[in-house]
Amino acid sequence: MPVTKMIEPILPVEKLTYLENFGHSLRAASYLYKPSSADEIFDVFKVAKQNHLTVTLRGAGRSYNDAALNGAGIIMDLTRMNKILDWNPETGMITVEPGVTLEKLWQHVLPDGWWPPVVSGTMTTTLGGCLGMNIHGKNNYRMGPIGEHVQEFTALLPTGAVMTCSPEKNGDLFYSMISGMGMLGVFTSITLKMKRVYSGLLRVKAYPVSNLHNHLNEIFLAAPDHDYTVGWLDATAGGSGMGRGQIHAAKYLHEGEDPDPQKTLRVEYQTLPATMFGFFPKASIHYFMTPFFNNPGVKLVNTAKYIAGLRKGEHLQSHAAFHFLLDYVPNWELGYGKNGLIQYQSFLPKETAEATWNEILTISQKKGMPSYLGVTKRHRPDKFLLSHAVDGFSLALDFKITIGSRDKMYAMLQDFDRIVLQAGGRFYFAKNSETSSETALQFLGEETVKRFKALKHRTDPDNLLESNLYRRVFGS
Amino acid sequence: MPSTNRNSATPLKPGKCAIIVGSAKGLGGALARKLAREGFVLGLVDRNSELLVQLCAEINAGNVGQAFPYVQDVTSYEEVPALFQKILVDLGGLDTFIYVAGILLPTTPTTYDFEKDRLMISVNALGALAWFNVVAPVFQALHSGHIVGISSVAGDRGRVGNPGYNSSKAALTTYLEALRNRLSRYGVHVLTVKPGFMDTDMLKSSPRTFWVVSPEQAAEDVYKALRQRRQTIYTLGRWGWIMFIIRHVPSVIFRRLSL
Repeated sequence: MPVTKMIEPILPVEKLTYLENFGHSLRAASYLYKPSSADEIFDVFKVAKQNHLTVTLRGAGRSYNDAALNGAGIIMDLTRMNKILDWNPETGMITVEPGVTLEKLWQHVLPDGWWPPVVSGTMTTTLGGCLGMNIHGKNNYRMGPIGEHVQEFTALLPTGAVMTCSPEKNGDLFYSMISGMGMLGVFTSITLKMKRVYSGLLRVKAYPVSNLHNHLNEIFLAAPDHDYTVGWLDATAGGSGMGRGQIHAAKYLHEGEDPDPQKTLRVEYQTLPATMFGFFPKASIHYFMTPFFNNPGVKLVNTAKYIAGLRKGEHLQSHAAFHFLLDYVPNWELGYGKNGLIQYQSFLPKETAEATWNEILTISQKKGMPSYLGVTKRHRPDKFLLSHAVDGFSLALDFKITIGSRDKMYAMLQDFDRIVLQAGGRFYFAKNSETSSETALQFLGEETVKRFKALKHRTDPDNLLESNLYRRVFGS
Repeated sequence: MPSTNRNSATPLKPGKCAIIVGSAKGLGGALARKLAREGFVLGLVDRNSELLVQLCAEINAGNVGQAFPYVQDVTSYEEVPALFQKILVDLGGLDTFIYVAGILLPTTPTTYDFEKDRLMISVNALGALAWFNVVAPVFQALHSGHIVGISSVAGDRGRVGNPGYNSSKAALTTYLEALRNRLSRYGVHVLTVKPGFMDTDMLKSSPRTFWVVSPEQAAEDVYKALRQRRQTIYTLGRWGWIMFIIRHVPSVIFRRLSL
């Protein structure tokens, strides 16, 4: 009998690990690499090519879907590349590595009187991820997505080429790598312009809206006069209260309005307290949320929240407290239980938004799967290749997953996709987890997809960069 | 190069992944159909490519589940690591590994045939070991997973009828027990399945049969045991009682029996 030689398994199994999405509703096993330099990034590409594996870039892993997951492939975690390379407090220009988080960024610039021009609802996201998804904030209608504030970036392509891109130089790559889901190359340094602020505080106005029509109308009216506008929508309310909620509109303070900016610009002044009521550790709050995370429980909480918000008010709030609501209760997403949550966000032109969301909210309530949290924002279009923005509004809906409801919910979301597409709507690749390739093709248009694939062929001829997300929305 | 066509799980279509070795027909085929009905994405391994492709086509024509075919003779041990890697990538992960491949070459209580014994050990035991040795480290690293081995009641005692078959299954049973002892501390579940008589091709060579279980029923039993994280099951279940007695028959009596 011939002696057979066993071949070693291809990559070291110690590198294998399960990684999750933000909502804890999906996990995938991958070989995890954490490079800390451009050379090490290129080494990972070489390993991938030798072993016929694909590579997905991952920052903080805050995408609600499969954007930073790569089942049985390589995950390149860039959080070790977290140095601030250059900061000029005179001009507000900052150059960072891709693993720098928004938290590190704002804490670095705020004491000098600057704030990131665009931030997401959590500050744990990395700049690399923010650019890959081209994130927006509550000021999208005014400031656009984060990509509009990038002066220049350097990227390493899977071919080993190093590219410097700006709107003027290599513009095609600039407008596609930002928004390109990390599928064209790896940002190695990013230069952004910060926004000048004269106080660590924002003037926030809060007022209730009684139905969807008023809700969208109030956002539309508030937006031109405010730096930030966002709405909370009670998706459990039906009938005449459908779409009711609360608007938060905020303005920066003018120079001189804050009597003591040195104090309010300090990081310690901004930092979210670690305890509630002074003694209650917030890290454990999510345990007490779980009993309310069911249909009647959320309805109760939402109704109470709506009633509590009926009193109009104006108050001063720190930047961090206003923006990073998702960080206010650490691990809030665990409150959704072991099957986690998904988010369904749709972007609709202002003309069709009301009718479309009326239909969507009605369907979700009728099917007994109401969203537990709805958030509305105002948007404007942008020039990036894979853009999710429209001149209109977005509504983000969080849904709790239960094992028994998966198929029903999947069918419902596919119906939503059809309704949104018919109304001229778009979707965002960091959020929705069930968007099909047909849906993606329809809202992006064949021309855009073709252009993106042509660029990918140029920057990544071996198709080394792939994620579960990419295979889902761009696979055939 | 990497394919953009393979399965991608989503929160609402999580599609667990399984590999079944020896899956073209018999219990392997029934398990493939059962897991497909449960929404699994399957890597099906068998040497019979024709039957395998047919089965995958049948599964992929349905609404739930998905199957990819891979042709391998389990005695080509050296092919296993690369094949395993390829299946992992195609499936996008692995939750459950099931080794079903097995052969029974008929002998009589008075014949001796090394070729037959060697072949049974090669397929029933060594083929399984080649796979376990690549699957186990992955599950150990991931602190998760199910390993299932289809052994046999025949492995519980050495008997006059077929020493080669008895020892191939005994080796498999003992190996699975050792794997369980190694891996349970990492959260990996190891299930030993011991069928009695099953209505498959293998049965044709058996002279006396009773309590025959259909492959479909056995597949249901295996799936249930998987979910309950059982250590060892007999199918039919009553074989457990019979084998308990048989295991405890003293040698002085057992060697005089024609069992």
